[in-house]
Amino acid sequence: MLKKENRIFKNLYNEFGWDIENSLKRDDWKDTKDLINKGREWIINEVKTSELRGRGGAGFSTGLKWSFTPKKVGSRPHYLVINADESEPGTCKDRDILRFEPQKLIEGCLIAGYTVNAHVCYIYIRGEYLNEGKRLQEAIDQAYAKNFLGKNACGSGWDFDIHIHYGAGAYICGEETALLESIEGNKGQPRLKPPFPALVGLYGCPTIVNNVETVAVVPTILRRGGKWFASIGRPKNTGTKIFCISGNVNAPCNVEEEMGIPLKELIEKHAGGVVGGWDNLQAVIPGGSSMPLLPKKVCDTLTMDFDSLIENKSGLGTAGVVVINKDQDIVECMARIARFYKHESCGQCTPCREGSGWMWRILDRVVKRKATFSDIDLLSDVTKQIEGHTICAFGEGSAWPVQGLLRHFRKEVESRCREEPLIKKKLNNPYLVDQHLLENKNA
Amino acid sequence: MPKITINGKEIEFEKGMTVLQACELADVEIPRFCYHEKLSIAGNCRMCLVEMDKSPKPIASCAMPAAEGMNIKTNTALVEKARKGVMEFLLANHPLDCPVCDQGGECDLQDQSLYYGVDKSRFVENKRDVKEKYMGPLIKTQMTRCIHCTRCVRFATEVAGVPEIGAIGRGENMEITTYLEKSMESELSANVIDLCPVGALTSKPYAFEARPWELKKTESVDVMDAVGSNIRVDTYNWEVKRILPRLNNEINEEWISDKTRYSCDGLLKQRLDVPYIKKNNKLQKSSWDEAINLLVDKINSVQPNEIAGHIGDMINMENALSFKKFFKSLKSENLEFREKNFYINSDEKMNYIFNSSISGIEDADLILLVGTNPRHEASILNARIRKTFVQKKIPIFSIGNPGDLTYGYEIIGDSTEDIKKIVNKEHDFSQKLLSAKKPIIIIGESALELKSGGYIFEELKKFLIKNNLINENWNGLNILAQNASTVGLLDLKILQGKNAKSSSFFNDLRNRKFKLLYLLGSDNLELKKNDEFIIYQGSHGDRGAEIADLILPSATYTEQNGLYENLEGRIQECKKASYPIGEALEDWKIFNRIIKKLGFKDRIANFDELRKEVLETVPNFLEINELPKKSVIKTNNVETSFYKEKIFARELDYYYTNSISRSSKTMSECRQIRQKIKKNGTNN
Repeated sequence: MLKKENRIFKNLYNEFGWDIENSLKRDDWKDTKDLINKGREWIINEVKTSELRGRGGAGFSTGLKWSFTPKKVGSRPHYLVINADESEPGTCKDRDILRFEPQKLIEGCLIAGYTVNAHVCYIYIRGEYLNEGKRLQEAIDQAYAKNFLGKNACGSGWDFDIHIHYGAGAYICGEETALLESIEGNKGQPRLKPPFPALVGLYGCPTIVNNVETVAVVPTILRRGGKWFASIGRPKNTGTKIFCISGNVNAPCNVEEEMGIPLKELIEKHAGGVVGGWDNLQAVIPGGSSMPLLPKKVCDTLTMDFDSLIENKSGLGTAGVVVINKDQDIVECMARIARFYKHESCGQCTPCREGSGWMWRILDRVVKRKATFSDIDLLSDVTKQIEGHTICAFGEGSAWPVQGLLRHFRKEVESRCREEPLIKKKLNNPYLVDQHLLENKNA
Repeated sequence: MPKITINGKEIEFEKGMTVLQACELADVEIPRFCYHEKLSIAGNCRMCLVEMDKSPKPIASCAMPAAEGMNIKTNTALVEKARKGVMEFLLANHPLDCPVCDQGGECDLQDQSLYYGVDKSRFVENKRDVKEKYMGPLIKTQMTRCIHCTRCVRFATEVAGVPEIGAIGRGENMEITTYLEKSMESELSANVIDLCPVGALTSKPYAFEARPWELKKTESVDVMDAVGSNIRVDTYNWEVKRILPRLNNEINEEWISDKTRYSCDGLLKQRLDVPYIKKNNKLQKSSWDEAINLLVDKINSVQPNEIAGHIGDMINMENALSFKKFFKSLKSENLEFREKNFYINSDEKMNYIFNSSISGIEDADLILLVGTNPRHEASILNARIRKTFVQKKIPIFSIGNPGDLTYGYEIIGDSTEDIKKIVNKEHDFSQKLLSAKKPIIIIGESALELKSGGYIFEELKKFLIKNNLINENWNGLNILAQNASTVGLLDLKILQGKNAKSSSFFNDLRNRKFKLLYLLGSDNLELKKNDEFIIYQGSHGDRGAEIADLILPSATYTEQNGLYENLEGRIQECKKASYPIGEALEDWKIFNRIIKKLGFKDRIANFDELRKEVLETVPNFLEINELPKKSVIKTNNVETSFYKEKIFARELDYYYTNSISRSSKTMSECRQIRQKIKKNGTNN
């Protein structure tokens, strides 16, 4: 359980006002100049000490990522891009940061921008976050008015500008390279890697893409020290994290908690428990819809951090916890998720384009009780043929939920399938024989 | 050189190669759909997956740069499974309509599914259906077959320079389209048909004509323009069914222009199959004997200097030489091949060829166009300029406004005054030209046609030589010839005697000095017919035949062997793919018949002798298919006169430049569409 003084986002529920005056009372922009004047090396080291891992889903070490940028600015400028295209179903943490703690993000942008030698920062907000974007723009304007941004930002000697870019609502634009394509005005399709954005990113320039939450916690880490952040949670899974709890819980909420908190505690303490009691729990999607679900048996003892979830063949992802109780039809839930991924696939590479629709169609047949047993193996094959063969991680994101379903709820799926039609079951007919003739013979 | 291990075999590779290219060096074949050597890398088909040490996932070999010490495996179970999986996905929504698909037999998907396909489909859902798209008269679409490799999109944006093909929609609803469903406004548009690995984009004029294995393939060269693109002529019996490009990195890379590809249906139409004689103001069928008797009578009834000959735009060098010999026996020097009177200094070879060579354009650091529209005059050459422009971002300038060339250029003037200023170093551009290391100047026939055409050429040449911009390593002085025969005929010294220096032929023609005019495949000569007797010897009933009193049928370029010299001075062989129609004969055989009838002795023994003589006549000749030897640079002062004139690139009716394309239905359709587009444009 996170102590109150260790909370980073004190205004997560907008109890103290979001505007800059109130933010300043919460120690935002305090000694930012001094932090920056300690130099890039110090900042990167401090972030490395804190063992902060990216909050966008992949959990890559932030300090390490920053250290990949070229040390000296060459002929091309560096860019900082903030990924606020929060589209993962079950996730709404960045939204509350944008609404209630925008100064934390803006201050983080300045520090991160200075660290990676960027004078310009783009914040890519999903198109649906129109009001959040307006709020953020207001906050940016307030920061400009206080000279925290612009020329000689915050007196640090570093020129820094922030621009907001609205997306058009495509899920895939949350993938960092598709996001860069989208900013450039192209169709949002992921790029091939390598080269990674840290070397060839926005407009071909070195670019660091960070999640909103990652950047927003950096100022507090620097102020209180990387060691303080590392002391929270488990080794390698340190610090605090905003969990978004939704689904069949009594009080869905966003809550900042320490990493490694037991799932049961998280749900019961903060979200008012599962509807119908803990025993009524069927499954939990621990990290947004692209992560495999976990059945109650695993949830009983599960702790919420990157590594322990990987051990359980799932992932922390964005920490969007979706609770599914026994009143729900688990197959239908997963079919709906599969339909979402079919709809959001960008269509660039073959496995994801063709496979995501195929998976949904099979699941849809299962839901409608029109599938046969062999379809289950086919479904499992299809997920494996997508996984790892695509340009970006969307392939895994669409295949994993289905794999999770088959891993933990195969019985549920089987109960909806029927036997093969007789003719196919009994005979291994050669392909090139007219099927209707066989039917007569075996009728 | 760095080393890479492929299937346990260590090989060396060049820096900058991808894993796929390195695998090819090791003779390991990687299946692919989206990867194409001449296009950018998309990496979206995922067919080329290979296994790499230290990588948990298989990698796309087409996109992964090869690096020192990589260990690649292409024959493991993991790779096989990955490729089979991808193939199953590709086939899931691909219709199994190979029996009615024109790509059948030359389909990448068909071939590769033989190795990676599964015999039974597990996809029991309904297949996706995609509406057909209209892409103009050349490209037939069947978009349900599309596997979204985006080769066509990349070709249109990168090579053709017209970003008119793109993908709309997302996920499985992604569709390749021309957005507004109109034809692609490019002279290279039909290359997307060759690029399409499946039958989504097929050839409309060739639809359901033949199967690839039924066709006889002949490697030949193109004569629609002076570039000399390498082509493959596919014939079914007598008919030329289609023309495809042949890879030649020196000239056309893998592309050919739409005119090259699709004027072949003109070879079947408007053909002259028997001699015709004009009787009672009407052309009537006749026989060779009658026609030659008439011709001999006419020749005997006029003075030798009243006989004139004009050679057309698609005549090969052997026939031209035999024509020259024929005229020598007639003791006439009135030979001409230019359609318009443009300035040519035929003293040395470098005066009339494209000296920097087509592939040499890629080395250039500055290009100046003088009164030329390379997009219409030599589309393939224009593609090379665009390639250089895109890759190296070189500055391109133009004197005269040629319109949209698919790349950005700056117009620095439009009159001969500007040339004068440049050579006198009074123009801003002079300094840019002088500071360039490898500048290219391309002078078009439109500029040479001017009264000060001589001034433009000679002064620019002098300027370049004086400033050491023409030296042993670099010669950027280029003439852009428009016709396939031009350079070869200059080398054969068709312009001789007084005709070589002055334009006496055109004056005499205008002053009606000729009594007998012999048109050898010449359709583009502007001519007002009077009482002269006109003989047209050619393959098509076109402009020349229209005014003729006597028509002798001859063979087209696909029906006889022959040498052509392209604008670089490269001699290439055009091969016989079919045989002449009806009673038509090769030109040199016709001359032999006439000479025999006239009773002269200097007949041509056989074709090989003729070819030998051609190759002996050509100056600086090195070898067939090779560039000529470099000329020794010398400055000789040629007196030219300056007139104040406007320089412009003469508008070319691109789809209607010669008798074959004018006979082609496909070309007419293209022309109509292009004119419609022009009419509907906002500029009017």
